[in-house]
Amino acid sequence: MAEPLLEVRDLKVHFAARGKGRDASVKAVDGVSLTVGAGEVVGLVGESGSGKSTLGRAILRLIDPTHGSVRFEGTEVTTLSPNALKAMRSRMQIIFQDPYASLNPRMSVGQIIGEALYLHGIGSRQDRPQRIGDILEKVGLHRSAAARFPHEFSGGQRQRIGIARALAVNPRFILADEPVSALDVSIQAQIINLLQDLRKELGLSLLFIGHDLSVIEYLCDRVVVLYLGRVMEMGTAEELYRAPRHPYTRALLDAAPVIDPSKRRDRIALKGDLPSPVDPPSGCVFRTRCPFAVSECASRVPDLRSFSASHSVACIRADELQLRVEA
Amino acid sequence: MTDPLLDIRHLTTEFQTESGTVRALKGVDLTVESGQTVALVGESGSGKSVTSLSVMRLLARSGASINGEIRFRRRDGVVIDLAGESEAGMRRVRGNEISMIFQEPMTSLNPTVKVGAQIAEAARLHLKVDRREAQRRAIDMLALVEIPDPELRAEIYPHQLSGGMRQRVMIAMALICRPALLIADEPTTALDVTVQLQILSLIRRLQKEIGMGVLFITHNLGVVAELADRVAVMYAGRVVEQAETSEIFKRPSHPYTRGLLSSMPVIDYEARERGQLPRLREIPGSVPDPAVPPPGCAFEPRCSWRLEACRAEVPPLFDVGGTHRSRCLRWSDLDG
Repeated sequence: MAEPLLEVRDLKVHFAARGKGRDASVKAVDGVSLTVGAGEVVGLVGESGSGKSTLGRAILRLIDPTHGSVRFEGTEVTTLSPNALKAMRSRMQIIFQDPYASLNPRMSVGQIIGEALYLHGIGSRQDRPQRIGDILEKVGLHRSAAARFPHEFSGGQRQRIGIARALAVNPRFILADEPVSALDVSIQAQIINLLQDLRKELGLSLLFIGHDLSVIEYLCDRVVVLYLGRVMEMGTAEELYRAPRHPYTRALLDAAPVIDPSKRRDRIALKGDLPSPVDPPSGCVFRTRCPFAVSECASRVPDLRSFSASHSVACIRADELQLRVEA
Repeated sequence: MTDPLLDIRHLTTEFQTESGTVRALKGVDLTVESGQTVALVGESGSGKSVTSLSVMRLLARSGASINGEIRFRRRDGVVIDLAGESEAGMRRVRGNEISMIFQEPMTSLNPTVKVGAQIAEAARLHLKVDRREAQRRAIDMLALVEIPDPELRAEIYPHQLSGGMRQRVMIAMALICRPALLIADEPTTALDVTVQLQILSLIRRLQKEIGMGVLFITHNLGVVAELADRVAVMYAGRVVEQAETSEIFKRPSHPYTRGLLSSMPVIDYEARERGQLPRLREIPGSVPDPAVPPPGCAFEPRCSWRLEACRAEVPPLFDVGGTHRSRCLRWSDLDG
């Protein structure tokens, strides 16, 4: 098999926690391994505090990881020099959740996109306006948008500007950090379709962070479920949504509101909140909220075991639990 | 027949802005019965929050002018019009007869006051009980909203609680006077789905226990399906469709409602295997600028069913059957 576009191995991001005693640290990401293939869309789901945004940022080295390896197009990213990293960033881009907070209100749209082109030395000064216009059209905006400022656009249009800025430097990989969560339902579909079209047209790979499981299911080839900085389960969208093997995955699926009353089923409802990452539970980190926990869960950190080429689960009871969802 | 708990008639709310008068609500009609949950659905700018703030009369400082009737039946059976009620009268209603919870609990809680004392405040004000009794009731409320160790939690500050726990505290505060009506403005939007499910079942349970009416504002149709008895869909300051919940999902009779429903992703794995992922149905364009509303139906510029007649005047509410109403000239053509 060819080497994946992005390969993350045993990545850890620990932050020092002040005032919590000696050696205390917040283990935001604690040993995550995942891959994203060329042209593949991988979803990353989990509750707030699961470490999904930190993981994404560590992959792009917007945060320096504490441990582990990130290989992108065969190059180790974690040890790149600042100059090499800058060059690499034209290949790896990011789209943020809040399009307004991530666009400079004092710059015109043309300047925002032009800055990205300038920083990465793409095109000459003369042909940049042409390129900027082309990119704006690609994301469904009019060329004339270049002269206007972020506040003149609606939320959905601003997200298109954010996407245009990311695309301007011809990346192969985009980290999409909840790009549709702040948008209204009717606009959300426009942006999802745009991402889908761009993916097809440009052969982009995406790591899509989200919490709306139906959006994730629709858009992603594979899905990674994160809890307290660790991978609980990963597999193709179909494997995870039809035949989840980890109680946490099933609980997440059950928590999503269901429109069709005939599709309601018995739910696994979670009690309480995520435990503190400063002092995570021993053994399986999910056991304190798990309805199926047994005493062994406290003493043993479950390995990520493979159930198919794509499907792996970190639960010692994964063989015996019947979590399958009836279609 | 008794009067409805809340009966909003022809409510218009206007704001004076630099660019002239903006009409946020253009004649809203809505009723909520005791024990009933009515969902008010719409996108940003549709006027759903302005509706709730108008009912609570919390728009005075923004210079809004409210016209129309907001008839509310008090616990003593007397029907009053909140639109014309004095500020002193409103103070007796708010937090007592009608309570409200908001999206972001942290901004609605006082960071410098202990949780128990904040909950007790409403009891001291409206129920005229002494400090000790109010504190006892506050602890009871914390237990009622399923906060573990209520005596201990009453002594801590809001920042020491998680988002879900803060929303529970807000609910405890809102319900301590056993209101007849709870207005919930996107109370679960900022929460994780797992915690959202907990809060929705809590609201459902407490509603039964207290017998209150709930006006639940949301943009999430899944939440509507889980919680509401009735749905009113708002667009650009008007209710464009309303019906029983099951009816609105079975037979959406306004193009906007249909658009909202069909823009939600549904997956077909067989199609994906063949590499033919169906495109989501989009609603093109975006909501109209409230300062320059379209002449007729406000949804007409985005509507694939539009006719010349749609631009002539605002469509009236058509009777679709039962209590189902739609503000679309073509409601009967939409099927098929």
